[in-house]
This record gives sequence, C-alpha cells and structure tokens, in this order.
Amino acid sequence: MKIALVKYNAGNVQSVLFALRRLGHTADWTDDPATLRRADRVIFPGVGEASSAMHYLKARGLDELIRSLQQPVLGICLGLQLFCRHSEENDTPCLRIFECDVRRFGGLDMPAEPGGSRAVLKVPHMGWNKLRQLRGPLFSGVAEESYVYFVHSYYAEMQPGAIAQTEYGETFSAALQRDNFFAVQFHPEKSGPVGQQILKNFLNI
Amino acid sequence: MLAKRIIPCLDIKDGQTVKGIRFARLRQAGDPVELAAAYARRGADELVFLDIAATQEGRSTFTALVRRIAAVLDLPFTVGGGISSVAQVETLLQAGADKVSVNSAAARRPDLIDDLARTFGSQCVVVAVDAHLHHDGEWYVSLNGGSIPTERRAFDWAVEVAGRGAGEILLTSMEHDGTKSGFALDFTRAVSEAVPIPVIASGGAGAKQHFLDVFTLGKADAALAASVFHFGEIDIPDLKQYLHDNGISVRLQRDKAPASGADGQL
Repeated sequence: MKIALVKYNAGNVQSVLFALRRLGHTADWTDDPATLRRADRVIFPGVGEASSAMHYLKARGLDELIRSLQQPVLGICLGLQLFCRHSEENDTPCLRIFECDVRRFGGLDMPAEPGGSRAVLKVPHMGWNKLRQLRGPLFSGVAEESYVYFVHSYYAEMQPGAIAQTEYGETFSAALQRDNFFAVQFHPEKSGPVGQQILKNFLNI
Repeated sequence: MLAKRIIPCLDIKDGQTVKGIRFARLRQAGDPVELAAAYARRGADELVFLDIAATQEGRSTFTALVRRIAAVLDLPFTVGGGISSVAQVETLLQAGADKVSVNSAAARRPDLIDDLARTFGSQCVVVAVDAHLHHDGEWYVSLNGGSIPTERRAFDWAVEVAGRGAGEILLTSMEHDGTKSGFALDFTRAVSEAVPIPVIASGGAGAKQHFLDVFTLGKADAALAASVFHFGEIDIPDLKQYLHDNGISVRLQRDKAPASGADGQL
C-alpha cells in the first residue's frame, strides 16, 4: 500500500512515520502532486499555525489538490482544523471540506473538581481525554469513552459530520468525516493501542 | 473530562538510565528504550527523559537515544537537560521528541522561552521551575538542579514563563524532592491557579495518597515521579485504580487493551 504524507510547513511528521512503521508500513513525505494523487492513502498531519500553513498550501496549489483527492484522506490535529471552513487562528479561511468553524478555547469555566473550587480552563487542551458518540469505520473496534491524546488550543465546533466528540469546557468535534475525508483532532500516533487501532482502521478503509 | 496524567521521569547518562533503577523481571533496566516500553505497557501517560550529564560529547548519544525511543514509544514524551538553544531543540524535536523541557538556560535568558514558543509552538515548550523554600516563607528559583539558589521568586517566574509562551510548567519542590513525604501542595496550588497552562507537580511522591492530594488539594494537572516507580514501590495500574476510586479522572483502559499482549508484565 502506498501511503503519502503531505509535506508542508507544519511539524512532527516523524511520529506519524514511526507509528506507520510500527504497523508495518512506510510512507512518502511529499508535496509532489502526482505522488499524492497516486497514493492509496493520504495523511495530512501537523502541529503548526493555521494561516502560515494555508499560505504555504495555496502557494503550491496543494489546497485544490487536497480537496480533489478521491482516496481515503486522514487529517490529524491542525490537519482537521485546516479541513474546516474557517479558523479563528489569525482569521484564516481554510479548505472547507467540512462545513464548520474552528474556535479558540478559553474564557470558559471547568466544572467543579472533586473537593475543589472552579478552575479556569487551561489552554492548550493537553493530555488524555475521552471519545464519545463514536461512529463509522474509523472507530471500528474502539470502545466508547476510550482515551486519546490531545494537544491543541483551537477546536472544530460540533457539527453533523462529527464521528466522535470530546468535552473540554464544551463539546467539540474530536473527529469528522465526509465521504473519503476523515480527520481527528487528537494524535492517534501518540495514543497507545487505541490510537494504533484507529490508524489501522484508516489503512483498512 | 481531561484525565490527570501520571509521568515517570528517567534520568539518562551516556545513553543509559542511571543506576538504581530496579525493575523486577526486566532484563535490561539500564536500557531507556526497554524501560520506556515497559512503562507504556503499565499505563504511564507520558514520559520524561532527562540527560543529567548533558555534556557536549553526550549530546549526539542522547539525540540518537531520542530517535530510538520515538520509534517504539506510542506515547508523548518530553526530553530535557542542559538545553540552551533553538538549534538544540530543533534537533531533539526532529529526532521525534514531542516536547522539550528548559530550565536554567531559560532562567538566565528568559527570551529563550519566547524564541522557542515562536519557532516551534507553545505546545512543545515545557519550562521546568525548581523551587526552594527560603526562611522568609517564600519560594525562590534555584538553578543547576537545585544547587544554585537565586533571588527570583518562583511564583513570579512561573507566571512570567506562562506569559512568554511556555505550554506547560514542570514545578519541582527541591524541599520535597527525594523525601517521599508528599508534594508541595500549597505552592503547587498557588502556581496552578495563577497560570493558564498545565502544571506538572514534581518532588516528594512517596505514597498513592500523595498523588491524590496533589490533584485535589494541589490542583496539579499531572504528577511526575521517579524512584517510587523505578523501585516498584508504587505500581502505576494500582495507583490509577486508587485515583479512579477516589474520584479522579485517569486513563485506565490501557491495561485492558489486548494489544499489550503477553509481554504486558514487567
């Protein structure tokens, strides 16, 4: 199976490559349109900033290319956010694969903790949180309320295309799907056996 | 709800864990990669690797180790020890580390934090604050692993590093470190409530109750410990079950995952 990782100005592709290798796969890290179109699976990973990422993609025509892909595509973290309509991060118009907007966490109160007072919501949302309302092939064999690892300051609003949701101050889209486009806000490559199962599911779709 | 994190810390010298780690039935307790995999199977939420020698010669050994860890570990991990430049951080992140921890160099040159946050994003910048309690009842920053006291107030410094773009604070009480008498609860709580970023409490873990206390009374987002885990005095699944039973959100299902297989025991 040919797997391509979209190369752009966002970091930490190494972990995704290692995770794929643990599943017995190699991948091309590339921004070459032909290689991306030919791949059986395309992964759009990323830890970075929305406006500079969009700028980079547009300058190379990768924005239109990604939207036109027919094979299964998986956006991770910033990848999910860039698949949405618009991000509050530097007021950035995004790829509009999913019809929802990306907002910044903050200004919300956490529910009271056991034996404690109310605390301000900390940003970034960093650590292990639960997935709920799981739907579709990406979460085949993954139990409700499984924990996965998140690191992000912006989130996609809840919308009908959500195939998983998570609560942090409010409920947001932890994963989205439309046709062949899948996206997860968490890092499956850093989420232990649960994350490995999700990556394996994506490769088996 | 976001789970409270349990983070074992491994001290590394010349590519090996420093002596003293005694894991029953682990053949090569000195190999950080094998130890990391073992901790992952036992349900650690994250790991921290500190290069305690942090010499120029040792750098490339440590970087090579980071790459080996990243290849096998499916959990986030932080590396630290003597980091003082953007270039060093770039090397470590490219090797596969998720976050880097900066300490003395940031205290000496606070702009380092701004530079790192701007270059790599706050999410991978952990600032370690080592604090000692002075006779006047105030906590002050100490440097070089606690050996050099300063006159900088630790609380003010924690607030400052958050403002400069740190994504997380690793707060160590040098008063409690190694005592196994519990974490610095009041101080941890004061810092955790004052900063808008997660706080990892460190120093003093000796019993399960100490972890419960630092999450409830200390308001910590995560707790780090070394020897109680390395010597098997506290077993992570047992600790997590205890925390869960006491109403703390923790990630439990790791131990139920079939993927760990037959080698899921230490």
